[in-house]
Amino acid sequence: MTKMAATRDGYGEALLELASNPKVVVLEADLGKSTKSLHFRKAHPERTVSCGIGEQNMLLVGAGLAASGYIPFASTFAIFTERAFEQMRNGVARPNLAVHVCGSHGGTHTGTDGSSAQSIEDLAIYRTLPNVIVMHPSDVVSTKVLTMQLASSGSPSYTRTARNKTPVLYEGRVDEIKIGKGIVLQEGSDVAIIACGVMVSQSLEAAAALAAEGINATVVDMHTLKPLDGELIDRLVSSCGAIVTAEDHNVIGGLGGAVAEHLTANTFAPLERVGVQDRFGESGQADEMLEVMQISTPYIAEAAKRAIARK
Amino acid sequence: MFAGETMSNTDELRELARKCRVHIVNMVHRAQAGHPGGSLSEIDLLVGLYKTTLRVRPDDPDWEDRDRFILSKGHASPGMYAILAEMGFITVDDLASYRVLGGICQGHVDMKWCPGVDFSAGSLGMGLSFGMGSAIAGRLANSERQVYVMLGDGEIQEGSVWEAAMAAAHHELGNLNVILDRNRIQNDDFCEEQMRMFDIPAKWKAFGWNVKEIDGHNMDEVVDGMNFLSSTNDGPSILIAHTVKGHGVSFMADNPAFHGAAPNDEQYAQAMAELGEVVA
Repeated sequence: MTKMAATRDGYGEALLELASNPKVVVLEADLGKSTKSLHFRKAHPERTVSCGIGEQNMLLVGAGLAASGYIPFASTFAIFTERAFEQMRNGVARPNLAVHVCGSHGGTHTGTDGSSAQSIEDLAIYRTLPNVIVMHPSDVVSTKVLTMQLASSGSPSYTRTARNKTPVLYEGRVDEIKIGKGIVLQEGSDVAIIACGVMVSQSLEAAAALAAEGINATVVDMHTLKPLDGELIDRLVSSCGAIVTAEDHNVIGGLGGAVAEHLTANTFAPLERVGVQDRFGESGQADEMLEVMQISTPYIAEAAKRAIARK
Repeated sequence: MFAGETMSNTDELRELARKCRVHIVNMVHRAQAGHPGGSLSEIDLLVGLYKTTLRVRPDDPDWEDRDRFILSKGHASPGMYAILAEMGFITVDDLASYRVLGGICQGHVDMKWCPGVDFSAGSLGMGLSFGMGSAIAGRLANSERQVYVMLGDGEIQEGSVWEAAMAAAHHELGNLNVILDRNRIQNDDFCEEQMRMFDIPAKWKAFGWNVKEIDGHNMDEVVDGMNFLSSTNDGPSILIAHTVKGHGVSFMADNPAFHGAAPNDEQYAQAMAELGEVVA
């Protein structure tokens, strides 16, 4: 049976390992139990700063720490980081201070809390900021590896993690994981499915379903939306000639938007974007939400066929 | 160098503030844009801070253990550029780059452009949070360094200022200090018309801060006030400085029109005359 784990746990594990660097500081906004920064707090209370329920303040406390040589990791729900967007823009991205923001509970996969907690626009808004690395890892292992790489990146970042468990994909494969480099999980020549976050495992399932119908799909984990791995996309265009993107995020501005921007400026290939169709979510179980939002496995497979038909 | 050792005479501070006022009016007139009012209200405070209290090294602006000064009301940049020039962080010639393409004196103070600037300002309500991070960094580094943040009075209408005020008291940041330029005017009008703030000292006291009020144009009181900030370390402290927006130039003083407007040539000549400068 497939091993399951939540990406937010990868974030928590990474912080604990990063603690050996005395410059690493963790900032919380009353959600450490949820984002999993609590493990760091328990082990290193002197380097954990409670900012209360005050996200705007938290981001700039991070900026002040970064400007004084520290490496701050600040986390809350993805949706609440958005409250501090202008602080991220003016106080973090503009002076290029390496504050690392983690938004947990991203996407409709978050489930029963409902639409107020289901961020479907976080990846889009942070992608518009110069200097900022934007990531949405797909499993617990890659989340841990990528979070640890952030500490030496020298750039501000936004990473979305998910609340609910997803298949573990990278056990024993940590060497393949690098910020800014998409990972080819499976090779096929008919269509390339580029996914991020919880949609990576859905895409692997879709590829299996397509294979049963004689369609061979490449599946890519594009965990980093910015900087986007354009070189890999160009290769996929020439090897497959048709692209599908899959994300638990609004189809506007996220991974699909990033890939579309790349395609229009480079080599053309037909593109089908699977994502939330510009609407808000509702309360439901994670798997139910993927169905309601029409982003689950069958929808990815259908999109692949449409893309192939447009070749 | 601890500047206070070489200049403690308040007459000299007053003369330096006069020279800074001349720089301020020159910058805004040359650029035909900018914010003279809040620069003129804050300048006595900046002179007092930099000359008696702030531990900085103009020849080594990035000295790790320096005190931090954060101009949160970053549009009042001419005042900060003036004192940075007089301290030797930048030259008086650099002041001509104010609001000019490629110039180190950006419209709002920017740490990426100008030596001696610790915070990229321009969006109100952000400096106190940044200062809190700087103060925590100082504590983690076991440093004696102090952090000074200048806020405008209109600025404290931003809700995030109060997030920071609450958090700084919770963390008992005795190395965090605020200077509030209480000039009673904001962009559109008098604060009293835009958003009444009632008892400002009581609000800060209620948030757990040490509070002192001064006349921000009385240099003896300014020096006392800076001493209060640097020596009060049992929690965060705020110096509420009652000032007059546009102080030192009669037609700008207490006049909301000069929050963000440049003088014309005739007004410029009058301002220079009032500041004791002969314009060639």
